[in-house]
Amino acid sequence: MKVVVLVKQVPDTYEKRDIALDTGMLVRQGAENVVDEIDERVSAVAAELKKAGTATEVVAVTMGPANADKAIRKVLALAADSAVHIVDDELAGSDMIQTARVLAAAAKDADLILSGAESTDGGGAMVPAMMAEILGRPHIPYADSIEITDDTITGITNTDTEQLTLSATTPAVVSLTEKAGEPKLPNFKAIREAKKKEISVVAPADLGLAAGPDAAYVRNVMVSAAERPPREAGQKVSGDTAATQLVDFLATRHFI
Amino acid sequence: MSKVLAVIAHAEPTEILGAASTIGEPVAVVTSSPDAETVAALGAAGATEIFVHEGPTDQLGTAEAAAGVAAIGHYGVSLLLIGHTPVNAAIAGRIAIAAKGAVAADATGIFWDDDGQEPVVAHTVFGGDYNTESTVEGGLMIVTIRPGAIETQASAVAEPAIVHSDTEVEVSSGPTIASSQAVEVTADRPALTAADVVISGGRGIGSEENFKLIEDLADQFNAAIGASRAAVDSGYVPHNLQVGQTGVSVSPDLYIAVGISGAIQHLAGMQTAKTIIAINKDEDAPIFEVADFGVVGDLFEVLPQIVDEISTRKS
Repeated sequence: MKVVVLVKQVPDTYEKRDIALDTGMLVRQGAENVVDEIDERVSAVAAELKKAGTATEVVAVTMGPANADKAIRKVLALAADSAVHIVDDELAGSDMIQTARVLAAAAKDADLILSGAESTDGGGAMVPAMMAEILGRPHIPYADSIEITDDTITGITNTDTEQLTLSATTPAVVSLTEKAGEPKLPNFKAIREAKKKEISVVAPADLGLAAGPDAAYVRNVMVSAAERPPREAGQKVSGDTAATQLVDFLATRHFI
Repeated sequence: MSKVLAVIAHAEPTEILGAASTIGEPVAVVTSSPDAETVAALGAAGATEIFVHEGPTDQLGTAEAAAGVAAIGHYGVSLLLIGHTPVNAAIAGRIAIAAKGAVAADATGIFWDDDGQEPVVAHTVFGGDYNTESTVEGGLMIVTIRPGAIETQASAVAEPAIVHSDTEVEVSSGPTIASSQAVEVTADRPALTAADVVISGGRGIGSEENFKLIEDLADQFNAAIGASRAAVDSGYVPHNLQVGQTGVSVSPDLYIAVGISGAIQHLAGMQTAKTIIAINKDEDAPIFEVADFGVVGDLFEVLPQIVDEISTRKS
């Protein structure tokens, strides 16, 4: 089966991430942009499927700025045979609906669309479900693991109260949690080969879509953004009485 | 006041109806005909009406998505709320596509703008570094509410009206629920995301066995136990205890970070706690910059002292 892996370039969570206060948009300039870690785990799952012969073709699909090719190369080194990179300035600031429309158009011929359950930047956790609804396919959300037999996908999803065994027939969409796969470091050979793999750069128009604010019937827009005032460092103690002083402090705040 | 739809599923009904009551008249949207007990409970939580739209029970999320779409059609309203949980996020996304709306996700508040024309949703992003607001232009607004974020309780309604849906709606099929198993609640501690007090250990704890020290302190507060990524990666505790950007985000009244340096990745998951305490032997550890009270010292000496001191005062 043909498997599409959705890829998102995000700012590294090990550094401070910023939002432009005038537009509410992510500041990509100066940030260390990396492939979202969850996508590396999803790639590991895709690589396993390919190794097992279940996946005959793995395609990485991303929507993002021109420099997102670094994230794509990573996934090409980990699992994908080729990639589709949707680039258009009009797509900057897309809400989840527009993102889902564009990605669904690019991934519609896949038997299985694999995605991370939620990104580390937006974290809305809805784009895969939206794509599934657009394409009229079932979506298994937040799967901790999947198994595929013929055209049936079985996923295990844990909620706060239940462990669900969910099944869907292809074509389908599955979003995976970080439990689903362990990211592996690609070896030199894989990295070299990834450089030679094809990335098709396409615009929404190539997918038969109009993009941008005017093309959206309804959209979620940011109306304000403010940086939270930094926390003030409080008292710092050491020495023999430190524990007592701490307990005193907890008592003044009524925790004891 | 205009009606606001609150889809009751996979989240605390009181919170969603409470959130709805801050902006309109809450209508509970449910997927099966409620018994007297459920009607009373939804009324007590503030539902003025209960809208029932039955759907397939053997699929995940399909009945809820269809009920949401049906309610939007029935009431002709442009605001629907649902709790932001993993299963619900998918339901919200499906409703948004099927009913041609847009989503404001993971809201920590919802209110009318200054001239009362437009609902505005508050979000806290990047681990609380930024507060943002968003709205939906052009039509239906679906809002997912972050669990625990909105504390408003709606006024109780004695006898909510029950409205049975008479519309047919089409949404895509969801996955089939082949089986479901209740998760055993073995924990004698509160859930990490719901706890008033969270005690977390980091690399400084040094081993799985030493986490006993964290447990001893947690026992004093009925606290949940968390960990930094470094502690999880070192195998001291399971993955689901990881607090941080790639783990769980917590916002407790009290957060005690023990042997945690305070990498940005960790701060993103806990810096919205009301009070933060740090215990670390390195006085330059970044965790102290966000701590209301810091102890510079050896955690293996300090933790037992704290536990002793607290038990003495309690007795």
